[in-house]
Amino acid sequence: MKTTCIMCPVGCELTIEKVGKEVKVTGNSCLRGETYGKNELTNPMRIVTALVKTKLGVLPVKTTGMVPKNRINDVLKEIEKLELNKAQAGDVVIKNVCNLNVDIVVTGNY
Amino acid sequence: MNKNLMYDVVVIGGGPAGMAAAIESYNQGAKTLLIERNEKLGGILNQCIHNGFGLQYFNEELTGPEYALRFVELLSKTKVDVLLNTFVIDINGLNVTIINEKGQTVVQAKAIVLAMGCREKTPAGIMLTGSRPVGVYTAGQVQKMVNIHGKLPGKNCVILGSGDIGLIMARRLTYEGAKVLEVLEIMPESGGLKRNIVQCLNDNNIPLKLKHTVTRVVGNTRIEGVYVAEVDGFTPKLETEKFVKCDCLILSVGLIPEVDLVKNLKLNPKTGGADVNEFRETNISGIFSCGNVLHVHDLVDNVTYESKLAGTNAAKYALGKLTHKKPFNVVAGNGIRYVSPSFGYMSEKEDLMIYFRLSSRITKSYICVKCGENEIYSKFVLAANAGEMQKIQIEKSKINGDLTVLVRGQ
Repeated sequence: MKTTCIMCPVGCELTIEKVGKEVKVTGNSCLRGETYGKNELTNPMRIVTALVKTKLGVLPVKTTGMVPKNRINDVLKEIEKLELNKAQAGDVVIKNVCNLNVDIVVTGNY
Repeated sequence: MNKNLMYDVVVIGGGPAGMAAAIESYNQGAKTLLIERNEKLGGILNQCIHNGFGLQYFNEELTGPEYALRFVELLSKTKVDVLLNTFVIDINGLNVTIINEKGQTVVQAKAIVLAMGCREKTPAGIMLTGSRPVGVYTAGQVQKMVNIHGKLPGKNCVILGSGDIGLIMARRLTYEGAKVLEVLEIMPESGGLKRNIVQCLNDNNIPLKLKHTVTRVVGNTRIEGVYVAEVDGFTPKLETEKFVKCDCLILSVGLIPEVDLVKNLKLNPKTGGADVNEFRETNISGIFSCGNVLHVHDLVDNVTYESKLAGTNAAKYALGKLTHKKPFNVVAGNGIRYVSPSFGYMSEKEDLMIYFRLSSRITKSYICVKCGENEIYSKFVLAANAGEMQKIQIEKSKINGDLTVLVRGQ
């Protein structure tokens, strides 16, 4: 498959092929691109950013690492269930979300 | 309020540009004031809750609010004075008139850094025809509505223009439960970053229709839909016109530097921002400019680099340490839409940092800088889009006259 790497603004055009049992990535210019390319063929991964509700208003949150693309909706649903009193940047509001080994952390303040 | 406020450097705007400029100005030993009209620092970064910021500058991936907080923290370790909820209503020479809850006063500066960012183009700005019902917004307005206020502008949205904010909002709206029906782009290629097309549109199966535009907005009180047509150049092919039912139309059709505060500012017609020298100093001696008020950037990292330069040089100017000798021009040559800055000085030893945009997409070409007949810089580029800002750095020792930035083949 051919795709554009999303790991940084350079946006390398990747070619991803299965050679035997190995996945081969070409067109990347860094190691992050290679990992991204390999995942893209087998299990695409994304960072998710969203909002968490608090009594003082919404605050931005993110996953502390990448989650499988097909689990983004599950992660979003877990975040949507929350209603906190208040929070601030750096607070972990969900630990190990959906058993994906990443947390949901607040990234901004009111 | 104290009627005799005096500073070496006054920075106007507390977004990423202003914060970086103020910190660098302070680091140079200048007494510095930072003025922000909002109730908090960070500017537009606060509503950019997506990730992807800081890969160049911090070598890690941050969200917009996180990137802003890094600078708020750095700023808190300095003695830069910060005025929030404060509007600048006039700049006269190097006197800045401000107004806030304590009243109106004039701040005397020895140098000013303009860091007020940009505005979005409006429906009138792109001559959108039809009615103006509720439900027609700009992408940044929607971003604020959704990300700061936690409200949705509509359930079935059409996005006109494929600028980065529109693409980012297509994904945000989808995550928040709205349906983005399609993104329309009048040009044959998107103005946004390719990675945003992949992760915002393709990931969410949102169609991008190139060479398409909205021909008419329909609706009396609330928007009922839009007519969409293919274009030939910029002319809609009326036989292709179709009605798309929607409750929200979002415009992501470009940004323009917000320069109207300063009178007699010489502008660069290509960028809409000031024409500056290598110190990011405008035609008005002592007034510097950086970030999106100078020219619209794609990446905040580049804003930071540019603003540090402006802040450093504003401080040097205020402290009488900046020399303006042996000037040379920097010109946009073949394949280059614009360059910033447009001139420099050989008397300062610092490397020359040139930002520029291409006229159109290039593949397997060289980006070069010529000084007279000598090529003093060249970089091979596999592929680069017109929409992506380029940056190069040239050592001063290589410069002995006017420079031309250009694209050439093999």
